Amino acid sequence: MNIQTLQDHFWWPVLWSVLKILVVVVPLLLAVAYLTLAERKVIGYIQVRLGPNRVGIKGSLQPIADAIKLLFKEIIIPSSANRFLFLAAPVLAFVPAMLVWAAIPFGPGMAISNMNAGLLYVLAIAGLGVYGIIVAGWASNSKYAFLGAMRAAAQLVAYEIAMGFALVGVLMVAQTLDLSKIVEAQAGGGFWSWYWLPLFPFFLIYFISGVAETNRAPFDVAEGESEIVAGFHVEYSGMAFALFFLAEYANMIFVSILTAILFLGGWYPPINLPPFTWVPGTAWLIAKTAFLLFVFLWIRATFPRYRYDQIMRLGWKVFIPVTIAWIVVIGIALETPLRVLLR
Amino acid sequence: MPEINNFTMNFGPQHPSAHGVLRLVLELDGEVIERADPHIGLLHRATEKLAEHKTYLQALPYMDRLDYVSMMCNEHAYCIAVERLLGVDVPLRAQYIRTMFDEITRVLNHLLWLGAYALDVGAMSVFLYCFREREDLMDCYEAVSGARMHAAYYRPGGVYRDLPEVMPQYQPSPYRDTKRLGEINANRQGSLLDFIDDFTRRFPTYVDEYETLLTDNRIWKQRTVGIGVVSPERAVQLGFSGPMLRASGVAWDLRRTQPYAAYERVDFDIPVGSAGDCYDRYLVRVEEMRQSNRIIAQCVDWLRHNPGPVLTDDYKVATPHREEMKMSMEALIHHFKLFSEGFTVPAGEVYAAVEAPKGEFGIYLLSDGANKPYRLKIRAPGFPHLAAMDEMARGHMIADVVAILATMDIVFGEIDR
Repeated sequence: MNIQTLQDHFWWPVLWSVLKILVVVVPLLLAVAYLTLAERKVIGYIQVRLGPNRVGIKGSLQPIADAIKLLFKEIIIPSSANRFLFLAAPVLAFVPAMLVWAAIPFGPGMAISNMNAGLLYVLAIAGLGVYGIIVAGWASNSKYAFLGAMRAAAQLVAYEIAMGFALVGVLMVAQTLDLSKIVEAQAGGGFWSWYWLPLFPFFLIYFISGVAETNRAPFDVAEGESEIVAGFHVEYSGMAFALFFLAEYANMIFVSILTAILFLGGWYPPINLPPFTWVPGTAWLIAKTAFLLFVFLWIRATFPRYRYDQIMRLGWKVFIPVTIAWIVVIGIALETPLRVLLR
Repeated sequence: MPEINNFTMNFGPQHPSAHGVLRLVLELDGEVIERADPHIGLLHRATEKLAEHKTYLQALPYMDRLDYVSMMCNEHAYCIAVERLLGVDVPLRAQYIRTMFDEITRVLNHLLWLGAYALDVGAMSVFLYCFREREDLMDCYEAVSGARMHAAYYRPGGVYRDLPEVMPQYQPSPYRDTKRLGEINANRQGSLLDFIDDFTRRFPTYVDEYETLLTDNRIWKQRTVGIGVVSPERAVQLGFSGPMLRASGVAWDLRRTQPYAAYERVDFDIPVGSAGDCYDRYLVRVEEMRQSNRIIAQCVDWLRHNPGPVLTDDYKVATPHREEMKMSMEALIHHFKLFSEGFTVPAGEVYAAVEAPKGEFGIYLLSDGANKPYRLKIRAPGFPHLAAMDEMARGHMIADVVAILATMDIVFGEIDR
């Protein structure tokens, strides 16, 4: 049976989609697992300690051991919790974190679904993740969890807007919602033709909002270890907890890869000269994502945590006005001869 | 219309930043504190009552366990109280050793405080950096007394023994090669004094490192400036002492106002804050670490050049030398009496206080002439500080409660006693 007859079968499109999904999701989950190890190692070295070094060579099997441990742990459901919502919440957090990856291009045309409104899809799905957190906090029927959920809700709404405006700037300049075309619009002069330069305020705001959006330090008030213990997932254990964990780390990778795609030229090398152009584009994209993930961890190891109201102030009073002002600037620039600088 | 109730929340006793076993009942309006009600007693160990049933020497190690991050300072207050009732003189070298170890203890305490405070406000790394330095100081404790925390090193009449001539070194292990072993043992080749001297040279750069991470950090300042403000008048009324009082702008330090040990003979400054908020308390303590470092360096210098006895030669109070016991019947009898009956203390009462890292740590001792205290009352600095929790936290948010609690430098060993 040759490949042509295989493709004539009616179930081929389904099989092909499932294959593509597996090719994305399996490495993604592995990346999430090893991101937890990378986090513990990087922060360990920043804090003059070694990090995990017992399971496997230099701790290389630690994430596997963690996964097995979490799989076998009991999922304790508090007696006063709403059972259905309590168990639905981790799924609500995890599913959007996986769904967004459908639109991410890993190279020219290399995406599960090459949709022409990829940016819109990504923005819409990423916003759904907050429901998992709110539902978890409410369904736990615990005071700490409830406070965490309230904080998460307020924070995510504020930063979603700033993030959305930052993306508006990108699509104004690129004149498209298609993620692949946005990357292609940054081709040409290498490092200097990427969007981080003309859209520098958006680049910063998008990345910082991404840190806030994924509830990472210094914006981790929804978990707030030292204040509200573990926030929204204080009552969760075993795999239910692991799903929140997976969702958080998958979201971190997602924010990093999207920042790389939108502002750091996606799969294009920083310099358009032979030694750099020999490296495959996907490797460049992964390298940029890895660097941004390192910045996530670096920030976490360095900064104190914001207070809840200070996060709100930063979101509403700083980021949103700045993004709106810069959209106007970009809009005017696009109507004047200055647009050569942006294209 | 549904009735809107305030949210009442138990903060602790099992809470990551309850600093042990504090149970704080918070009444919240949203995230804003309406009332903070600290509950104590979960670590009550009846130290004061236990001391009434032990000889004076046996009661001494209990002092270590009161404020278990400033062990030797507690011993110091107890020893001064007993010495005053006994009327024994402490040799000058012992006074210097006590001064040096009081300041090492202060640095130990402030390092733990700084690490825990930064961790509570969310800056993780400072905590581990502080513990790196604590490790060296703990080694000094271990070298001099054999114990890393509960030293029982100070004794009525002096200190247990002179400073060791050899600093203990790390031993080979399968987990470190010879090169690494050489590196970590490099500053342990000489005596304990050489090691401490090396530490005093390194320490200011470490403090600079902490300050780089925190002092001018915008998030750090947003989290600490203007939080938990206490006016100087109110601080005095509330019975504050130590850095809590000085951060409010009252230059009161027992080391200066009623000097004990060798504090008259060393040169140091007393940092004073102005605003009385969490940020000032942070700055005051960081500066105190630098000043302690200065005092330690001066003590090291003096101790190098002035050998001598470290324990009083009054055998009614202090143990005779080991060699002497082999020769002299009288010394043997003294030793036996000291460790069976203990020494008796003349009837009377005394209050002795030291400037412990957390504030004024006082011992009120009442003796009826027996070999055990009739009554021992401990004045713990943390107690009045914690009592001000409600006043300091009201109107702030939950995250600020954590910051305020951490700047008080609460240790439940001394509060619950």
